[in-house]
Amino acid sequence: MTQLALVIDLNVCVGCHACVTSCKEWNTSGSAGPLADTMPYGKDPSGAFFNRVQTFEVGEFPDTQTVHFPKSCLHCEDPPCVPVCPTGASYKRKEDGIVLVDYDKCIGCKYCSWACPYGARELDPVRKVMTKCTLCVDRIYDRTRPEAERKPACVLACPTSARLFGDIHDPQSQVSQAIRDNAGYALMPEWGTHPANHYLPRRRTSARIHEDELTRADNPLKVDGLLPRPPKSDPSLDDVMSW
Amino acid sequence: MRPDYSVLLLTTLIGAGQGLFLALFTVQLFALAGQLPAPGSHAFYVHGSLLVLALLAGGLVASFFHLGRPERAWRAAAMWRTSWLSREVIVLPALMGTVLLFGAAHLAGFRPTLFTLPSGLAIDSTLVLGTLGAMLAFALFLCTAMIYACLPFLREWSSPLTVANFTLLGGASGFTLAAAFSAWAAPEATRYIAGWAFALTLLAAVSRVATLLRNARLRPRSTPQTALGIKHPRIVQRSAGFLGGSFNTREFFHGSPERRVSAVRSAFLLLAFAAPLALLALGGPRGAAPVLTAAFLVQFAGLVAERWHFFAQARHPQNLYYQDTR
Repeated sequence: MTQLALVIDLNVCVGCHACVTSCKEWNTSGSAGPLADTMPYGKDPSGAFFNRVQTFEVGEFPDTQTVHFPKSCLHCEDPPCVPVCPTGASYKRKEDGIVLVDYDKCIGCKYCSWACPYGARELDPVRKVMTKCTLCVDRIYDRTRPEAERKPACVLACPTSARLFGDIHDPQSQVSQAIRDNAGYALMPEWGTHPANHYLPRRRTSARIHEDELTRADNPLKVDGLLPRPPKSDPSLDDVMSW
Repeated sequence: MRPDYSVLLLTTLIGAGQGLFLALFTVQLFALAGQLPAPGSHAFYVHGSLLVLALLAGGLVASFFHLGRPERAWRAAAMWRTSWLSREVIVLPALMGTVLLFGAAHLAGFRPTLFTLPSGLAIDSTLVLGTLGAMLAFALFLCTAMIYACLPFLREWSSPLTVANFTLLGGASGFTLAAAFSAWAAPEATRYIAGWAFALTLLAAVSRVATLLRNARLRPRSTPQTALGIKHPRIVQRSAGFLGGSFNTREFFHGSPERRVSAVRSAFLLLAFAAPLALLALGGPRGAAPVLTAAFLVQFAGLVAERWHFFAQARHPQNLYYQDTR
């Protein structure tokens, strides 16, 4: 069984929102219709986004870390939003594990958004149907694109490669290895939703420098002390440059 | 959670309708058993059924205002295998149809004996329809309550007390309405119905106060630490990622100061329980229609406030990602 997912490296994310804007751009111009905004240039702009980057401060000053935290639908392996849907508009695909909404069946009752502990679903303010991350399902299987471009828009946009995309059920995939090697974890494990998307934690980057490493102990120029001053009669650089 | 008035009206109106139907059928059963003077005319059942239908239809209409795409509401009956909301969508019209037939059978006097129990009791069509309706009414209480109680991470809702509350609160308001209605349509049964309404209101008060006490002791299982997966005791949100509002900042926050929430709590404890209990005790034995009508109106207003508090009190774990939203 395939379970496509994103793996987001919090150690690398710089919070630039490139994934947010590229996601919005791709999904507002797709075949499913625009991902609407209300008053985008007004006083209180609002709209539906599949992906948001939030910023948290961890720790007590001065020992703080700023954590930029991108969050989209986690494509849970046991999604609580799917069984509550009264119309069957919310469903999880068997073939690749993507959780999707059929916009033509959704009645906009918002019950699935109540049933998602992560707040990953947003009601489109104009179409009045529930929307959510599709893992760019209309892009990752597009055979007209070169192989390298068959990835979600957010993954391609990330300038620091903080976002990885792949099958977490394939132990040899890049995402599975990243989860294994870098202690990838899931959000809110207490509710048994088994999110497919994983996060890689902050890692400490430090180097230990010893005092004797600052000066080269075996410098050949210093082995026998200072070299004798050359006699005045020896040719110097001045003799070459000025004649 | 944000209290949506369409849902507040849906749950309170159909709750009162279900309770009223259960009251009508209880009167019929007790009259059959000779424990109660039988209502003089069938108008009690016929007009009562109309009143039940009006309440259920009012709730149904209110529910449409909750939907983004009401024209597709018929689709909501599809997923009854997994969704309590879908089950509610099926049971509500089924109850309305049964109540319609129940009232029509009483109106037409269509009461053929279908079979006779070994004790000699003749079971006629209205008893069968009434039993079916009562079962559907209880099923509808279960469906409505389980919509909220089946969400494990909304811990204020995820409790058997939610089912008890919806059943008892709906039953109490329905029986109070039945008492007021019978003071006009069947005065000989009023004191009995008022007594039941008093008992149900008392039971509902016990169950609701127990819920308040339980919820006051809840400790959140999801924390900023589990939401982000970062094990540091101090995590402060600096940015939600956008300056304007979004669906997430509107749908999951009631936007009222804590003072107003506790004021609503005091108001519903007074209006839904204390005042109706006093009015039922005052007007029930005398069969005073105005007092009993006032009891129902006060209790219904109290139950709308109760439902508002039910929503406002529920803290959704997604709010951990929007810590600065009020």
